[in-house]
Amino acid sequence: MILLKLLNKDRGSSFTLALLALVTIVVPACNLLLPESSLFHIQTYTMTLLGKYLCYALLAVAVDLVWGYMGILSLGHGAFFALGGYAMGMYLMRQIGNRGVYGNPVLPDFMVFLNWEQLPWFWHGFQWFWFAMLMVLLIPGLLALAFGWLAFRSRVTGVYLSIMTQALTYALLLAFFRNEMGFGGNNGLTDFKDILGFSLQSDTTRAMLFIASALALGFGYLSCLYISRSRLGRVCTAIRDQEDRTRFIGYRVENVKLWIFAFSAMLTGVAGALYVPQVGIINPNEFSPLGSIEIVIWVAVGGRATLYGAVAGALMVNYSKSYLTAAMPDAWLFALGALFVLVTLLLPHGVTGLLRRKDATT
Amino acid sequence: MHHSIRTYCKLPVLLLILFLLPHPSFAAVNNEQFTEGITILIKGNFKEKRLAIQQIATSDDSRAKVLLQALLAGNLYRVKKDNRLVYADIDGGKARIETVLTAEDLGLIKKRKLKKITINNSLRGYLKTSLARIDLRDPDSTIRLQAVSLLIVSLTPEDSILLSELLLTETDSKVREELATARDIATLRSKDRQTILTALGNLRGNLDPAVRNEVSTLLAQDNLDESLRKEALAVQRSIQSKVSFFGLVEKLFFGLSLGSVLVLAAIGLAITFGVIGVINMAHGELIMLGAYTTYVIQQLMPGYIGLALFLSIPAAFLVSGITGIIIERSVIRFLYGRPLETLLATFGISLILQQTVRSIFSPLNRSVATPAWMSGSIQINPILSLTTNRITILIFSLLVFAGLYLLLRKSSLGLQVRAVSQNRAMARAMGVQAAKVDALTFGLGSGIAGIAGVALAQLTNVGPNLGQAYIIDSFMVVVFGGVGNLWGTLIGGLTLGVANKFIEPWAGAVLAKIIILIFIILFIQKRPQGLFPQKGRAAE
Repeated sequence: MILLKLLNKDRGSSFTLALLALVTIVVPACNLLLPESSLFHIQTYTMTLLGKYLCYALLAVAVDLVWGYMGILSLGHGAFFALGGYAMGMYLMRQIGNRGVYGNPVLPDFMVFLNWEQLPWFWHGFQWFWFAMLMVLLIPGLLALAFGWLAFRSRVTGVYLSIMTQALTYALLLAFFRNEMGFGGNNGLTDFKDILGFSLQSDTTRAMLFIASALALGFGYLSCLYISRSRLGRVCTAIRDQEDRTRFIGYRVENVKLWIFAFSAMLTGVAGALYVPQVGIINPNEFSPLGSIEIVIWVAVGGRATLYGAVAGALMVNYSKSYLTAAMPDAWLFALGALFVLVTLLLPHGVTGLLRRKDATT
Repeated sequence: MHHSIRTYCKLPVLLLILFLLPHPSFAAVNNEQFTEGITILIKGNFKEKRLAIQQIATSDDSRAKVLLQALLAGNLYRVKKDNRLVYADIDGGKARIETVLTAEDLGLIKKRKLKKITINNSLRGYLKTSLARIDLRDPDSTIRLQAVSLLIVSLTPEDSILLSELLLTETDSKVREELATARDIATLRSKDRQTILTALGNLRGNLDPAVRNEVSTLLAQDNLDESLRKEALAVQRSIQSKVSFFGLVEKLFFGLSLGSVLVLAAIGLAITFGVIGVINMAHGELIMLGAYTTYVIQQLMPGYIGLALFLSIPAAFLVSGITGIIIERSVIRFLYGRPLETLLATFGISLILQQTVRSIFSPLNRSVATPAWMSGSIQINPILSLTTNRITILIFSLLVFAGLYLLLRKSSLGLQVRAVSQNRAMARAMGVQAAKVDALTFGLGSGIAGIAGVALAQLTNVGPNLGQAYIIDSFMVVVFGGVGNLWGTLIGGLTLGVANKFIEPWAGAVLAKIIILIFIILFIQKRPQGLFPQKGRAAE
């Protein structure tokens, strides 16, 4: 019922979710059930790539929630993504057990390499899947709460806030590059073997991860849609458009911002956690400021303040990135740079905005 | 070396006699000592050779120095047949030889007819100090200075007499200082309590590392006299406090140097961000363009490093400034009033600039040569030396700051810039062409970024990612100092630089940076307007 109410008259969202549902069923089926000789067989590589894009799409939806609907341009969402990824990576590391190069049953390889005697305190508990998943939500969420509490309470807004979020991810980037941090330094965490007892190399596990990513995206999409349609969502939009006026009317602007920001960070953490087992590595580069700012451009390309726009943007930009970095490596940064300039100058509502305008005129 | 001997022997005999006349008897005795030393040197084992070297070195003979140098260099041989000591210049299987005693050229001889006078490592060290003792009387003061510092590690108590004698006649103040230190160190190794006590008194606060070593060796002795121990400890404390003071000065200097780089990088941003409210993420790339301009100009005029550097300053200003104006006219002016979009668009521009440079100059780092007057360092005392290039950049950044400040305060352009930034509508009503001022301001900020690039090229390698490293730091400086305030940028940059260098020793370079970032994030919570907030209407 709620679903129908939410999707009522929202053609973009209905289409996106229907397509997502279709993909969730068809892609794994084509991969697992059809023989490799079949015309419709989808290779595991392609499926994993699509799964990666779905994680990016979830990330874009989370950024769109805070930027598109609430006007907070976060240049630090890459940090939440990476933290979620690291939490998952730590679980996967603990699952390796004594199959590592050094065969230590407790310590991951890089700790043996650094001559560490025992597991650092913050690695305890990550051998349990439930604990790791809890951390996937809690660590990005708590960081966002702490950061947001400090920032929103003292009314740091606009570009200041953007620069601060960028500084945050930059600080984490530097921190995670250090070997002493206990997260594998610049090599990060890799060489994962299995998840919940299933080998990460097998097609079935890959298919399950794909389905999990699709479901997470569906859940994230619907929850963001729900928020944006609720009273809370309207307050968010009001904050975006006239923050002071909203405050004067009597809304606790900083609380609204804080909880939406934290929720967005948790969604981002989930995206990161699903991303890591599919690509097989997590390293500090995920914290790079460039990565975070790229997420924003996905949303901008697709069209901010429309969730399906964020999904479309993430898919389009990442597909072109995969294509261009392989075909013309030098051209990618030119293309990305031009995208930033052209979208902000010519397409303030993104590609989906263009489609909507066409709709309106016909 | 051989050349000098030959010229010496060609001197008129009369002159030689005149030279020896003032103390004829002395010379005769020493000559005997010299020849005796040579005899031992030819026949003796390593232990006897040491004795021979000592004899020769103390003989005061004018031939001693050359002989010992030859021995050290391995050019000293004995002719197997008649046991004469010769200098040999070996060329293939033949050798050109020359006698040591009479400096007589004996012509070519087969190499296998010679036998090398060998030395071992301990003798080599002994030879060096012996040579240094001879050099102490050299007419050239720099050679004397070198000799003292060479000797200082291997002094014996007896040396104190020699050094005191030398002190009486020494005129060069630097050499005197070193000689006095050396004498006191030599005295410390003696047995007499009273003289040691006086020497310790002289050594208070002496920063020579050898003094520190010597005092701690003295303190390590088991049966040390109580009063001596007390005095030595006091000396050690006085040295230690001086060392830590100069350590502090050094840290402060490094901090100011880092801060001046931050100020240079941030000051252009302070103008574009602070004065016209435009957030320019391509600022770092404008710095990079300046650095590459320096590199290109240096490549164009290879022989003139210093001149190229001076030309780079206006050139980099123009290159980055014009690029900035193009960016402003083609992109930013459409985005005034939409800061977040400006941020994204300029970030796109930064990517394009980076990739352009990477395509033209390759992704590899390039190094820019430093002119001779900027390399090297100024030695203040044995433990404190300040590198010249850092001092130059510190001064340079202050000059740039002063110039910019005057430009904004005293020129008509500055007046217009301030007018537009404070009240755009009113300024336009008064006839200021706001659009032109915007473009010029942006160009000015960008040009300053280019100048910062010239300075940075002297400190690090030039690469396409040069700008990225500074963009976040520059924003931090501007935000910390207070937007729209040049003084804030100066104070903010220097403070952050100094703070960084003071945290570094106990936290490491990376952690120091993280701590500073976290500190600024927290600071902004407390004072969102920075150190020096803008007052009045322009604040909102």
